[in-house]
Amino acid sequence: MTITTASSTPTVLGPVADIPLGEGRTYAVDGDMIAVFRLRDGSLRAVSAVCPHKGGPLADGQIDNSIVVCPLHLFAWDLATGCSQSGQAPIDVYPVREDDGQILLGE
Amino acid sequence: MTQRLVVIGNGMAGARTVEEILARNGDFTVTMFGDEPYGNYNRIMLSNLLAGVETEEGIFLNDLAWYSENGITLNAGVKVERIDAKKKLVHDSNGVATPYDKLIIATGSYSWTPPMKNVHNPKRGYHQGVFAFRTLDDTRGMIRYARDHERAVVIGGGLLGLEAARGLQNHVSQVTLLHAMGHLMERQLDPKAGQMLQASVEGKLGIKVITNAMTTEILGKDRVTGVKLADGTVIECDVVVIAAGIRPNTEMVANSGLPVERGIVVDDQMRVQGEQDIYSVGECAQHRGNLYGLVAPLWDQAKVLADHITGRNPDAAYHGSKLSTKLKVAGIDVASMGLIAPETDDDEVVVYNEPKKGVYKQLIIRDDVLVGAVLVGDNSKAASLIQAFDRGTALPEERAGLIFDIGGPAGEVSPAEMADDAQVCNCNGVSKGAICGAVSSGCKTVSGVMDKTRAGKGCGTCKPLVQRIVEWANGGAVEEDPAASWYVPGVPMPKPELMAAIRQYELKSVSAVFDKLVPGGQHDAKSKMGLASLLKMMWADQYEDERDARFINDRVHGNIQKDGTFSVVPQMKGGVTTPAELKRIAEVAEKYRVPMVKLTGGQRIDLLGVPKEQLPAMWADLDMPSGYAYAKSFRTVKTCVGSDFCRFGVGDSTALGIAIEERYQGLEGPGKMKLAVTGCPRNCAEAYVKDLGVVAIDGGKWEIYVGGAAGAHIRKGDLLTTVDSAEEVIKLTGRFLQYYRENANWLERTYAFVPRIGIDRIREIVVEDSDGIAEALDAAVEEAVQAYKDPWKERAEPVTPGQFRTSLPLTVLPQVPVRA
Ligand SMILES: Cc1cc2nc3c(=O)[nH]c(=O)nc-3n(C[C@H](O)[C@H](O)[C@H](O)COP(=O)(O)OP(=O)(O)OC[C@H]3O[C@@H](n4cnc5c(N)ncnc54)[C@H](O)[C@@H]3O)c2cc1C
Ligand code: SF4
Ligand code: SF4
Ligand code: FES
Repeated sequence: MTITTASSTPTVLGPVADIPLGEGRTYAVDGDMIAVFRLRDGSLRAVSAVCPHKGGPLADGQIDNSIVVCPLHLFAWDLATGCSQSGQAPIDVYPVREDDGQILLGE
Repeated sequence: MTQRLVVIGNGMAGARTVEEILARNGDFTVTMFGDEPYGNYNRIMLSNLLAGVETEEGIFLNDLAWYSENGITLNAGVKVERIDAKKKLVHDSNGVATPYDKLIIATGSYSWTPPMKNVHNPKRGYHQGVFAFRTLDDTRGMIRYARDHERAVVIGGGLLGLEAARGLQNHVSQVTLLHAMGHLMERQLDPKAGQMLQASVEGKLGIKVITNAMTTEILGKDRVTGVKLADGTVIECDVVVIAAGIRPNTEMVANSGLPVERGIVVDDQMRVQGEQDIYSVGECAQHRGNLYGLVAPLWDQAKVLADHITGRNPDAAYHGSKLSTKLKVAGIDVASMGLIAPETDDDEVVVYNEPKKGVYKQLIIRDDVLVGAVLVGDNSKAASLIQAFDRGTALPEERAGLIFDIGGPAGEVSPAEMADDAQVCNCNGVSKGAICGAVSSGCKTVSGVMDKTRAGKGCGTCKPLVQRIVEWANGGAVEEDPAASWYVPGVPMPKPELMAAIRQYELKSVSAVFDKLVPGGQHDAKSKMGLASLLKMMWADQYEDERDARFINDRVHGNIQKDGTFSVVPQMKGGVTTPAELKRIAEVAEKYRVPMVKLTGGQRIDLLGVPKEQLPAMWADLDMPSGYAYAKSFRTVKTCVGSDFCRFGVGDSTALGIAIEERYQGLEGPGKMKLAVTGCPRNCAEAYVKDLGVVAIDGGKWEIYVGGAAGAHIRKGDLLTTVDSAEEVIKLTGRFLQYYRENANWLERTYAFVPRIGIDRIREIVVEDSDGIAEALDAAVEEAVQAYKDPWKERAEPVTPGQFRTSLPLTVLPQVPVRA
């Protein structure tokens, strides 16, 4: 598991309402593409947007409250730890939280 | 010291013997020869391959990787031509001589051809259209040829012939089985049982059976046009399959000077008579005068040989096998063991006969011991009879109890009564002990044990017994493999219960289902799509659509491609378009620099490589409805030219195709539904291989076929019915699709669904309305039709924020080549 901090101060990505419940959207942050998901329980998760298998767009994948399933070949990763459930490389996980209706990426 | 082991024959016995040797850590470098160009496959499963219930990949036991992983040199496609026992060399067809310290001959059998005029063609071997049924290549050739033909004759009414006839029904419409003897399976069944089987085969399966039929000649010059019988009868046909028996492959061995009678003569260690270092196993071996043509004895032989050759138990001895068979011949239960007729006056014969049901049972008992039994139509007692027969134990006084369940639960042998070494899976030679071992080492589910031991992975008849043993070994605790019967993996219910619960609690959204029906309310990403489809089907316009429950394709109404772009396929009903539409499509393709414009297999135009964010604008410019090339839904109706223009057309297939598509567009289901309508039996629109295909025939009639496929699976659809009008076609189409929508498992295409339910049963329900649900089905599909909305209308008002925002990473994705 890798936890990378995008920058030392949190980056504001935009309103939480931009992400429908249960879906993900991609954001460009300092040249990285980061997929942010809003789980149905309301919490946020941020992971690398690129599937390590064959580059699939993870934000287009389906999620539940713990995993994301890549839309291309349906391999799954844990959204909290980044670990693969199917023997693939892990994905990067970023700290993310909601503050006053905004998505904050970073510690 | 490591010895060189050479094995001739890479079939079921050869490969199995090597597996047994590896399992005993035998110290050998192994070289195998097989004249078939493959790894090792399950020959038994060729019947299933022919019947279309198994794929080629599914029948391989050991692929090429297995050989290399185990350090085995496999010479596939190489025939051994001579054995030099003095110099300890084998000479092969490549002119190479390979030395051995130990040699195993497992060359099996070939399919025997009875003498008939014109069966061989000097150039091709068999006459074109004539096939044996022995190898993968035979089976492939047969399928390929039969697909394009209509009438088949099978010569041989034994087990193999019956399997061939049944399998061919999957490819041709008319099958005749010719048997030279007076009744079917005369080696395993007495005349009465054989006649009973024949009645079932004819009545239930529609295979025509002719007994006492000596085929004397194959008719036809370049290809088969028929066969002629000794009494002069001519049967017209275009495919002939010969399944008249097998003969051991021993010519090469005999020519090499080794002892061959009917087979290669071996002793109790499977050693070739008079040879120190040469062994033989399988169908080519003759042990105590017996040859065996089933796999179970081969497994016993392989074990003895492996024990002996590895030194694990040098005195291991094979004492012959008592043959019993328990099988489904062409869907009909048949079991046979030992004698089929009494031999002495004192032999006691117990017979039960119920012709109307197709049930027949005969036992032959000598001195209170079972020496023979034949069962047709009901195998519920087969396992306990086989056990009694194998062990030779004294039978209870109450003979009737042997063939009926008198009182007590309708069980077979109880696992507790079985000996540890009793063989449960006869295909893969797995004993009760091995199954219990797997359970005690932690495998608690039936499918887990099956994966681990391979029990039940052959013909599958032993699966119920495997299940009972697993339960028993697990202390009676039924650790059902949970997900096996569930509709989706995350909600613990099979489809009917799930639907009942959804109705009972009026659950109209996917998250409501998780919250109410999953213990702990756990959501499951992998179940969302299946649930969304089910709920939409059940509630039509009352369904609460949660967009995150949809797969990305259904969120943006395009098919995601390997580089994360999408494809746009506008609707083009029945494949018909206009110059104006074509122009518009061309202009849009140019304006958006679409990398590829392609015609799909369903006669539509596909604009490929479109970034997600451009989808709404393109739909607006096209101003055409969605063509549904992305969803688990009704896709297209392919049509041929039909009576409007075609010289042969007898029905207006184009108009009917358009009408069907108009009505059922966008209808969602457990799998995609591809349809076709063709204007005459020339079948230019390929209607026989569609989920639902319609064929115009003379006299203004239409045939409706269901359950066809020409994708990863190939299957000719079954004739559902023939109707007189286009309106009836449209109505029955809706009714069938609705029945499929309500009853199929998630992702179960019609090619699996139709055979699972059975075409007869489907006809009863859909056409004859025997269950009285036709009206309900019609009403349900009507409701779904009314709820239809063109999804591409979402272009103007996205349903969720950022619905069409790109998710493409900035990194370079695998680029799909752009064609000029
Ligand atoms: C369609 C079908 C269905 C069947 N169904 C059943 C069933 O339900 N139950 C059952 O118990 N049995 C069934 N059988 C029988 C079973 O498949 C055989 O008993 C079993 O395959 C015999 O194994 P074997 O290794 O002796 O021969 P094979 O499996 O035939 O293997 C012999 C191999 O040796 C190769 N060979 C021969 N000569 C040479 C040479 N000189 N050099 C190199 N290679 C050579 C052959 O090409 C072949 O690949 C069925 C058979 C068929 C054809
Ligand atoms: S199927 Fe018949 S009617 Fe249709 S195009 Fe072919 S030949 Fe003509
Ligand atoms: S055949 Fe393969 S590549 Fe072609 S459309 Fe089907 S899945 Fe895609
Ligand atoms: S690219 Fe993500 S699973 Fe293959």
